[in-house]
Amino acid sequence: MTPAERAKQPPAKVPRDGPDLTGPELHEKLEATWENPPGFIGWLSSVDHKDIGRRYIVTALVFLALAGALAIAMRLQLSKPDNDLIGAARYNEIFTMHGTTMMFLFAVPVMQGMQVYLTPLMLGTRNTAFPRLNAFSYWMYLAGGALLWVAFVLNIGPDMGWFAYPPLSGPQYGVGKRVDMWAQMITFTEVAALAAAVSLVATILKQKAPGMGLARMPIFVWATLVTSLMVIFSMPSVALASGMLLSDRLVGTQFYNPVERGDALLWQHLFWFFGHPEVYIIFLPATGFVSEIVATFSRRTIVGYPIVVMSLVATGILAFGLWVHHMFATGLPRIGYSFYTAASMSVSIPTGLQIFCWIATLWEGRPRLQVPLLYVIGFIFTFVIGGLTGVMIAAVPLDLQLHDTYFIVAHFHYVLIGGAVFPLLGAITYWYPKATGRLMSDRLGKISFWMIFLGFQLAFFPMHIAGINGMPRRVYTYPAGMGLELPNLLSTIGSLVVAVAVLLFVINLVVSLRSGRKAEPNPWDAASLEWATSCAPPKYNFPHLPIVDSRTPLWDAGEKLPVVHGLRVEDREVLLTTVMSAKPDLREPSAEPSPWPFIAALATSAMFISSIFSPWAVVFGTVPVAVALTAWFWPKSPKPEREPVIS
Amino acid sequence: MSLHPSFTEDVSALPTHAFSYRSLTWWGISAFMVIEGGFFVLTIASYFFLMSQEQEWAPRPWEPPGLVAGTLFTLAMLASEIPNTMIKKAAESYDLAKVQKLLVVMTGIGVVLFVFRAFEFNSLNVLWTDNAYGSIIWALLFLHTTHVVTDWGDTLVLWRLMKTPHGEDPRRFVDVEENALYWRFVWLTWLPIYALIYWVPRFFR
Amino acid sequence: MRRGGAILPFFVTGCSGVQTMMGGEGAEGANFIQLFTVFMIVCTVMYLIVAIALIAAVWRRRNAALTLDNRRHHESSNAVRPALIGWTALIAVGLIGLTIASFFTDRSNAANGSNPQLSLTVTANQWWWDVEYSSPDASKTVRTANEIHLPVGIPVEIKLKSNDVIHSFWIPNLAGKQDLIPGRETDAQLLPRKTGLYRGQCAEFCGVQHAQMALDITVESKADFQRWYAAQLQPAPPPANPLQRAGYNYFTTRECGSCHNISGTPATGQVAPDLTHFASRRSIAAGALPMNTGNLYGWVADPQSQKPGNRMPTVGLKADDLHALVAYLETLK
Repeated sequence: MTPAERAKQPPAKVPRDGPDLTGPELHEKLEATWENPPGFIGWLSSVDHKDIGRRYIVTALVFLALAGALAIAMRLQLSKPDNDLIGAARYNEIFTMHGTTMMFLFAVPVMQGMQVYLTPLMLGTRNTAFPRLNAFSYWMYLAGGALLWVAFVLNIGPDMGWFAYPPLSGPQYGVGKRVDMWAQMITFTEVAALAAAVSLVATILKQKAPGMGLARMPIFVWATLVTSLMVIFSMPSVALASGMLLSDRLVGTQFYNPVERGDALLWQHLFWFFGHPEVYIIFLPATGFVSEIVATFSRRTIVGYPIVVMSLVATGILAFGLWVHHMFATGLPRIGYSFYTAASMSVSIPTGLQIFCWIATLWEGRPRLQVPLLYVIGFIFTFVIGGLTGVMIAAVPLDLQLHDTYFIVAHFHYVLIGGAVFPLLGAITYWYPKATGRLMSDRLGKISFWMIFLGFQLAFFPMHIAGINGMPRRVYTYPAGMGLELPNLLSTIGSLVVAVAVLLFVINLVVSLRSGRKAEPNPWDAASLEWATSCAPPKYNFPHLPIVDSRTPLWDAGEKLPVVHGLRVEDREVLLTTVMSAKPDLREPSAEPSPWPFIAALATSAMFISSIFSPWAVVFGTVPVAVALTAWFWPKSPKPEREPVIS
Repeated sequence: MSLHPSFTEDVSALPTHAFSYRSLTWWGISAFMVIEGGFFVLTIASYFFLMSQEQEWAPRPWEPPGLVAGTLFTLAMLASEIPNTMIKKAAESYDLAKVQKLLVVMTGIGVVLFVFRAFEFNSLNVLWTDNAYGSIIWALLFLHTTHVVTDWGDTLVLWRLMKTPHGEDPRRFVDVEENALYWRFVWLTWLPIYALIYWVPRFFR
Repeated sequence: MRRGGAILPFFVTGCSGVQTMMGGEGAEGANFIQLFTVFMIVCTVMYLIVAIALIAAVWRRRNAALTLDNRRHHESSNAVRPALIGWTALIAVGLIGLTIASFFTDRSNAANGSNPQLSLTVTANQWWWDVEYSSPDASKTVRTANEIHLPVGIPVEIKLKSNDVIHSFWIPNLAGKQDLIPGRETDAQLLPRKTGLYRGQCAEFCGVQHAQMALDITVESKADFQRWYAAQLQPAPPPANPLQRAGYNYFTTRECGSCHNISGTPATGQVAPDLTHFASRRSIAAGALPMNTGNLYGWVADPQSQKPGNRMPTVGLKADDLHALVAYLETLK
């Protein structure tokens, strides 16, 4: 049969889901098709987005704990002036590892992990697009994090700050391999983030449930789409910057060397062109969490859905036009600065609109003050402070005093912890029953919330004062008599409260796995599709793929959930729909479990790590990578079947 | 599931492959083109940033790169679009024999291009260690070379694959079509880089 | 009296601190306080609006809500649209107002710095400040380190350079900061308005001893400044007794002179702080230690234990040499 003839064959007669194959009989077949192979190899080969999402989240929480421990060490050293608990060199390594771990190994990965876990469930499909790419992305993230922390433990960890300005990070002043460990970790995590982002964009555009046009997607899915596009447009910048830095250090290029016509500011432009969108990549998914939680716990749709969506898109676009506000003290032309002041101010407008919509939803609805909503309320009270200090530092005359002081440290912790971590903790509490089948303890949840919220204010508000009183950033000690003792002591006490609160939250997570109240499929009575399947979802997510005709399918569907049928059940198959209006378009095979993503990640890691030591690794290392990638994509079945399978 | 299903549409008759934006992998390839295109745009921006610090470009005493190898490479790349378009059309009409022949042609063209590219590196008239100008033009040429190498590798794998029984699977024709699309990206991105490496350093001295 | 006045600021916190943005003792610093106050008022008002709206939204009494329970979860009341428009307008007006205020402050700062009458060059090194007062007459340039004296009320222009990595020049009581970037020259303008003793500090992470890279600033009357300047122009006094002479001999023939300069002696090293009038400074090692005999002993004997990683090696001096050196250094007023 020629390929042309084969393409026009009618569908094969194989078991398909539908009125004749439903209920427990269907479950048995689908479970067999969608489960992982047994044993350790099976665990390594998983391409299930739920497994990958969970791995991302757990790994990110481990890095949160490690970076948090470093923060406590910093706070203990700074609790009094002229302290000698931790020496200068070690302190500089600690603050570098704290910032780097939080930004690259916790904040972005945890958001991507939540996105990878939730997106197919919210869209009513069985897996993400490119499942093996997703698996590869996790292993690359793990390898990058391991590289950085092994380097730290072996005392070759980075010590030049999480944004590593040359010439301090260059070959002359950044002695040894510390900077290279950091720069290569960037390569790992940036490859991982890009891979996950590509998978998410394709999933959202092509695998939405029939009827779920773009205007009916959950807000969290919109946030995922916008942030994934932001990752795609911004990560190349930091990859290029760190690649140039590695090449300056390893093979003697002169990109950042002013003596040979390079420019230290080239780094700053490239880094911050990534760095500013990066913080919105962390913040926008959190606003997605907030919209979902506010709607569910107000028992109504979000007020102003189009406004919220446009705000997400506008923030995503504007975020790329602000980066020079990190460089106001570098002496660039003042007329250029005015543009960045205006742009930085105006980015607060879409966020202000989102805040209006959330408060309006609470106003119009009937709020239920359960733990996820408490975190949202804590988020609004806290994040808005950080947003307003952000408006202050958008003004050049104010920034020239406040830049690089503890005022900035206060600002970004207010927006990152208040603006991303609080919603994240609420979101974990909210979706925990979906992922595990049990609810977290309500009482412990409320205690952790209040401790974190109040402890955070105690830890970080005094930093505004410390900055105003003249304390620069990144100092391992400060002199007495400058009014810095009291704010620093309060911050230290507050940080200990936060540490205990986070510990309580983690205890709640772990203990509830065994002894939490069992959850029915939709314990919060929410509206979106992930709540239509059991807690925890089966491997195949949904027995039949749902169709939707509103933004709140579970609230409008009534007793029966409308579904499509006719997909194969003995091979992995998902449904592709059109981009705008989500009409069913194609049946697409979904990749089966495979060890090749793991092996490819090993080969790539070997290449990246050895290139820290020799440039030839880039040449020779491509061979195992090419072999692994070829094996990955090579079709496995002995001859092409009637209907396609990706094994 | 707590809600009972109410069956509507039967999707079993939907096709299992399609070309262009209906194909899922098309979106993956497009996303990678955006990523790599972004990488190039930023490298080009860095080129102009470094150039703005200089009075002349290429800065004396370094001469601009020799034109022969680069121009030969460019002509060969532009010429390669002819078999490339042919293979794209052949894939869309499931013409296996034609696809197999053109894959050999594309693989061979790749080898010729590598020879020209090697001469290009040799005639840049500056080393990457000499100064920032040298570093940035080596970077541009190196980055583009990685794209030629990966697409050539992809073409090589497809050539072998289409000779096996897997070549009869219609989805493999979608792979061939998307590889042709990526090849267009490779030579389209070359054109501005060619101008920046070979011509701009001649106009600003 | 001046000594006592020098100590006082170190014990007072808050508004009269030596390194605080709330000092306002320079023109730009005063502009900062004004603009910051405007921003604080506007931002506080906006915060209160959001906070009150949130509290009201959650805790208000409601008879009818538009929720799932009455199948009205897709509706919203008529108040939403005008409230949204009002809120957006308020934000826009607020931001425009703040941007205009910022613009006027920028203009004022530029005007204050537009006509400098004194010119300095500050070159940053890891981890000390090289300060040079320029003059059209080459014999009237003054070179010092880790300190700046300024006459009150005179606008100053400071050229900023770096010999190694990026640093940042910051005297919060007087003005905002400017980075010193190798390969570029940036500049700062100061217009001190009140006499006093202040402290500046490097504000861009520059390596292991970034935390101990400070500057002593003295703003004084024009007459006092000219007296200081004239004294700085003098070469170092010759040693007056055998102990000082032994110190002078050690300094000029052994390690010290290869890095440090003392005008009027054979010690002409250029890569470390100029020490010609070292003993007249308020601190040692860029603000790391207050200037007194005990700290001098400690620093010269073992700089690495006081400021680990800094570029001055611990040479392992014999006790006699140490006594001699300290005695000599104390003559460098």
